[in-house]
Amino acid sequence: MSESTYEPIIIGFLCNWCSYRAADLAGTARLHYSINMRPIRVMCSGRVEPDLVLAALRNGADGVLIAGCHPGECHYLEGNLKTLRRYKLLKRMLAQFGIEQERVQLVWASASEGSALANAIDRMTQELRQLGPLRWQETVIQRMDFQPAQRVEAISDPVGEEVP
Amino acid sequence: MSERVGVYVCHCGTNIAGVINVEEVARWASEQPNVAIARDYKFMCSSLGQDLIEADIEQFGLTHVVVAACSPNMHEKTFRAACERAGLNPFLFEMANIRELNSWTTKDDQAATHKAKAQIMGAIQRVIHHQPLELIPVQINPSTLVLGGGIAGITAALELANGGYHVYLVEREPSIGGHMAQWDKTFPTLDCAACILTPRMVEVGQHPNITLLTYSEVEAVEGSLGNFRVTIRKKARYVNEELCTGCAICEEKCPKKVVDDVFEAGLSKRKVIYRPFPQAVPKYPVIDVANCTYFQRGKCKACQILCPANAIDFEQQDQILQVEVGNVILATGYETFDPHRIPQYGYGRLANVFTSVEFERMVNASGPTAGKILLRDQPVEPKSVAIIHCVGSRDKNFNEYCSRVCCMYSLKFAHLVRERLPDAEVYNFYIDIRAAGKRYEEFYHRVMDEGAHFIRGRVAEVTDVARTLEEEGKLVVQVYDTLFGAQRRIPVDMVILSVGMEARHDARQVAQLFGLGCDASNFFTERHPKLDPVLTTAEGIFIAGGCQGPMAIPETVAQAAAAAARVISYIGKGTIMMEPIKAHIDAARCSGCRICNNLCPYKAIVYHEDQKVSEVVAPLCQGCGTCVAACPSAAISGAHYTHQQLAAQIEGLLWDARLPELAGVEGD
Ligand SMILES: Cc1cc2nc3c(=O)[nH]c(=O)nc-3n(C[C@H](O)[C@H](O)[C@H](O)COP(=O)(O)OP(=O)(O)OC[C@H]3O[C@@H](n4cnc5c(N)ncnc54)[C@H](O)[C@@H]3O)c2cc1C
Ligand code: SF4
Ligand code: SF4
Ligand code: FES
Repeated sequence: MSESTYEPIIIGFLCNWCSYRAADLAGTARLHYSINMRPIRVMCSGRVEPDLVLAALRNGADGVLIAGCHPGECHYLEGNLKTLRRYKLLKRMLAQFGIEQERVQLVWASASEGSALANAIDRMTQELRQLGPLRWQETVIQRMDFQPAQRVEAISDPVGEEVP
Repeated sequence: MSERVGVYVCHCGTNIAGVINVEEVARWASEQPNVAIARDYKFMCSSLGQDLIEADIEQFGLTHVVVAACSPNMHEKTFRAACERAGLNPFLFEMANIRELNSWTTKDDQAATHKAKAQIMGAIQRVIHHQPLELIPVQINPSTLVLGGGIAGITAALELANGGYHVYLVEREPSIGGHMAQWDKTFPTLDCAACILTPRMVEVGQHPNITLLTYSEVEAVEGSLGNFRVTIRKKARYVNEELCTGCAICEEKCPKKVVDDVFEAGLSKRKVIYRPFPQAVPKYPVIDVANCTYFQRGKCKACQILCPANAIDFEQQDQILQVEVGNVILATGYETFDPHRIPQYGYGRLANVFTSVEFERMVNASGPTAGKILLRDQPVEPKSVAIIHCVGSRDKNFNEYCSRVCCMYSLKFAHLVRERLPDAEVYNFYIDIRAAGKRYEEFYHRVMDEGAHFIRGRVAEVTDVARTLEEEGKLVVQVYDTLFGAQRRIPVDMVILSVGMEARHDARQVAQLFGLGCDASNFFTERHPKLDPVLTTAEGIFIAGGCQGPMAIPETVAQAAAAAARVISYIGKGTIMMEPIKAHIDAARCSGCRICNNLCPYKAIVYHEDQKVSEVVAPLCQGCGTCVAACPSAAISGAHYTHQQLAAQIEGLLWDARLPELAGVEGD
């Protein structure tokens, strides 16, 4: 695949109450944005366990976007704060894998912020175009001498030490 | 092939088919593993479209159904119902949103078609892991909690109580009434506020279906729609409500006075044992402990000695009450903008600058000046009055929104000044006059005809520094008159600041307590700004009045009645069916690490010390999945959002990326 036709694939986890509705709104408002995001609806961004993010990257996604309600606005009070904490740990772990920071992003988008979400997707797509494909096989598995079949255990929340 | 999935691709007229090649997608889908039948159809949500699904379920023995169409927020319920009618469990269905999340976001038909395939593959792979689930019946407790006893809370409580349902009305202040009890007349009809409010307050106080808890706060809320358990702190009044007759002798005899900065807005004093105003409901006074001579210095007890009913009880303690309700209506109202934040208007520094709330008290016949309009620094009537609109509103530095009531109450003030002081000049400084309500515009014209002056422009400054002889000893309002196209300085004796409406300072805490959202200005967020303005994103929690946004009394009352009607329709149903999206812990896998225990925002996870395992208390779980994502032993599964289902969906969404021979297809 030549660089000029390369289009990244982003898996987007959208929380049901804010971000999925923001995406609905972007569509209803006919905002045109990068087609590269493939959505998954979850009830809350707090449901997005690190293993699912890694599963997406392992299965060929070039990036993962996690979108939730603004802090203080989570439908389940503070699920998104748990997400934020977990996300920071996940980023540390991805850095060890040699995965660029831009590949996993967390954004807040309330139900009325369709354009903010669309902009975030555009920006991320652009960043990933610049980075090029992830190529998990070469970048991660070979470098980390990692068994492809092995399931990366979820990071337990308060402690980050269990990262393989 | 064990599963038999039916895939339906909707054209949605040209909404989808105008961009995505739906025939091609359907043909492609029919070739995928596990797919028994795939079709495209003009309008899947029409009754013919639904019939198609039902007929196929029967004819082909479909085990699962995928519809690729609009947002599940639009039609998930529709298609689930179709499945159910054909005897298929409604949870064996999945929707791929190829409209809002695809065709409406692009003009690139090839890329859109390709993305639609990925979305459908994700849905197919996910749906085959779906398990049949049953909706959970929830009994609705017929009692309701109404929080806040302003006109919104009073109205909602009476609607419910008159319908025969029990209400707990919780008010923080010693009396119900809210802001409206402070006002003199109400625009645009100039009804006397007390005359229309007091009878309703009395009705609340006497209603057999209303438990009125004033001087009380909600401390904790547990549960969900149908069954909330609310913990209320009823603060000690130091007056025995059984014995007190409301004679007010204690109030008369109490030797100590303090400034009343709540009801009288700081314009006059009240006793330390007090009722905020004579028509207070309930009629029992409270002792303000922080200022009471007995509580502070150990002696006095004048009230106790002189109370003929022997009702004063210095030993009284706060009571903690637990009540059970099925629904909640929040009617906590608003606060007014603090004009100290705009120092150039001189509030607090220049004696004769007043807030609108102070002015309301002043023109009120039962207020501190018995209805006389007087300056603050000397007891004389002003000869000229400036009313400054939009203080703190329509201003990016403070509140960007329009407070909606200030134009109208400013016009009301102009009328009242002209009525009480026919020789005084009145100047309204406005940006735009917003008189968009029934009979509002007519009222504006009436006030103009009465001789009030209108100057268009945002006031820059109020100062007492005179530049001319005429300005000497006056307050000067400096403004750029945008109609006149020039700077103007208007000398007046009195300035009234029409302060805007803001969310309560503790609105966010209240929102957290009840599990709903606030907007950027801290007003409570409604479920839908147009179609569902009184329900919140939390099921069973409704909002009405000033806590939802700035509004006048007519809208407040309409919202309160609407919220009550919504509650009554739940109560009338008796039982509602809840989505079974809950977490479950597999005791055999749980290591007892207790990580999940503190993560659950609803405290729905208990730990069994004896078995060393955690358990989800299903009625409390709201299904957010936070615990599911955190359990290091993968012991928790979240119904309809299991790891297996989400992982399968991810694999489906990435079907083209996973297969090396197809990789070239991406990005066309
Ligand atoms: C100066 C001024 C003049 C106005 N004049 C008019 C007019 O002429 N005509 C008109 O139509 N509108 C007028 N309005 C608007 C009117 O005041 C509001 O529409 C109305 O008061 C809103 O009622 P509410 O019940 O929503 O709120 P509020 O009146 O604020 O009542 C809320 C109640 O909830 C209680 N509360 C708050 N938080 C809690 C808590 N956490 N727990 C327990 N209790 C709590 C409060 O103590 C209060 O009693 C005016 C507004 C202003 C500022
Ligand atoms: S996190 Fe998992 S293992 Fe730990 S207590 Fe909760 S359910 Fe049990
Ligand atoms: S899914 Fe877990 S964390 Fe969320 S409410 Fe239910 S038990 Fe609590
Ligand atoms: S519901 Fe949106 S982040 Fe929790």
